[in-house]
Order: sequence, then C-alpha cells, then structure tokens
Amino acid sequence: MKAELQFDFLVNKEKNTITIKRAFAAKRQLVWDCYTKSELLDRWFAPKPLITKTSFMDFREGGHWLYAMVEPGGQEYWGRMDYQTIRPIDHYTSLDGFCDNTGALNPALPRSQWSVTFSDAETHTLVETVVSYASAEALQQVIQMGLKEGLASTLERLDELLLTLN
Amino acid sequence: MENYSIALNGVFHALADPTRRSVIARLGRGPASIKELAAPFGLGLPSFLKHIKVLENSGLIASEKVGRVRTCKLQRGNLAAAEKWFDEQRVAWESRYENLDQLLTHLKGEQDES
Repeated sequence: MKAELQFDFLVNKEKNTITIKRAFAAKRQLVWDCYTKSELLDRWFAPKPLITKTSFMDFREGGHWLYAMVEPGGQEYWGRMDYQTIRPIDHYTSLDGFCDNTGALNPALPRSQWSVTFSDAETHTLVETVVSYASAEALQQVIQMGLKEGLASTLERLDELLLTLN
Repeated sequence: MENYSIALNGVFHALADPTRRSVIARLGRGPASIKELAAPFGLGLPSFLKHIKVLENSGLIASEKVGRVRTCKLQRGNLAAAEKWFDEQRVAWESRYENLDQLLTHLKGEQDES
C-alpha cells in the first residue's frame, strides 16, 4: 500500500489566490523536468479524462508554452503559459491565460500568475504552486466562464464553507 | 446560465471584507435583524448598512422589512456557486497530480533500467 502523499489546497479569498502544495516520491530534478519539458507535461498536465497536447514550447524567460487540453470527444481548450523568471531547479513564475490555437490571448479573460517552488523534503520533493488573480473581479470572471449548467443546485459544501468563514 | 452569471456578480468583492464575512457566518445560523447583526461590530448604523447593501447587491443575502424591523437571510445558492468552482479546481489539481505520480513512477523505472 502506498503512503499518502501530502496534498494541501488553500483558497485565500482576500488575496484572490489558490495555493496548492503536494509532495512527490521522486528527486527534485525529475519533478522539475516533468514541469518544464513539454514531452513530459503532455503526459500529466491535463486532469483526467482530458489529455494535453503541446503546440509550441520555449522554456526560458520570455518564452512560452502553447498547449491544449483535449476532451475525449475532441473539444480543445487552449492555454498559453508565459515564463517570466526561471531558477532551475528551485522556482519559476509564469502567466497562464486563455487563448486560441495560434496562441493569441483572449483579451476578455484575465490571466493568472503562477509562482511554483520546488524543495526537498526528506525523501520527497515538495512543490508549492501559488495561483494569483489580479483582483476579486478577475477571479469572478474566470469563475463565471467556468460555470456549468445545473450548478445552482449544488449546495452540499455550503456548511463547510460557513464554518471556514467563522 | 446568463442569469446565473449576473447573480454571481460581486460575490468575491463581498467576501473580501472581514465584517461582511462575519455577517455571512452569522446568517449561516439563521435569519437576523439588522440591529442584531450590527451589534458585535461597534460601527455606526450608516457604515454598517453600506456593508449590508454590498451583500445584498452581490446576491449573497436578501432582506425584508416587516413593520419597523428589517430582517436579513442568506441566499444559499449564490454562495455555493463560487465554492463549487473552487471545489472543481481542487479536483482538477488532485487529478493532474495523480497523473504526475504515475509518470514519475514510470520515469524512475526507466532510469533504474538504464
């Protein structure tokens, strides 16, 4: 049986950030490669059942990754990750945004900033990703875009939310 | 769908303030009058009513005046919508990191063989 790996998912509604911390049972260089080489990103980045498809990758400061997340039915969602600062194998920052298949950003939608930090934790590698939106309004826009029909009936987690607001 | 987006407007602005979050938390335990809600904060009534107005505009709460007493209650559907999105994000990150676990296991296997 596999030991449970640390996973934290924290939402800060005052700062409009999501912080995701996760431990991986591998050396830091290998985890870094999985985040920064498109042939490896293609094998994990999209959540199931979607798959990742790279159109272009230039992993350096000022470069970008143009990728699609593809549904089993073929529907593609294009994204573009612009790399700002890179410190191998410790840290990088980037801007993630919605775009078309040529990499032209959708100006109607805000981008999120990613700050990704890799560190050693005993036998594991710890990755902390902070996803930041510029404002409450920017976050709202992204949420509204992501809303799916039938959402209004979903009330089950409300009581948990109310506890966290206390 | 369109109505739904409109209803969500202002939710995050509303929740960005500690006084307003406290009001939401209090209303989670049941409806309350403006006077009851204002009591813990030591704010003047005009300042407090501004917070109530922001919460009403966001669709998070609704109020009704009966006689001289205005009573507020939580509109649960709108609050749940934003939370649902965060939940979807959490599930997506869990899923992609399970993919990465599998990839790392596979890559380590390749390294051991070489």
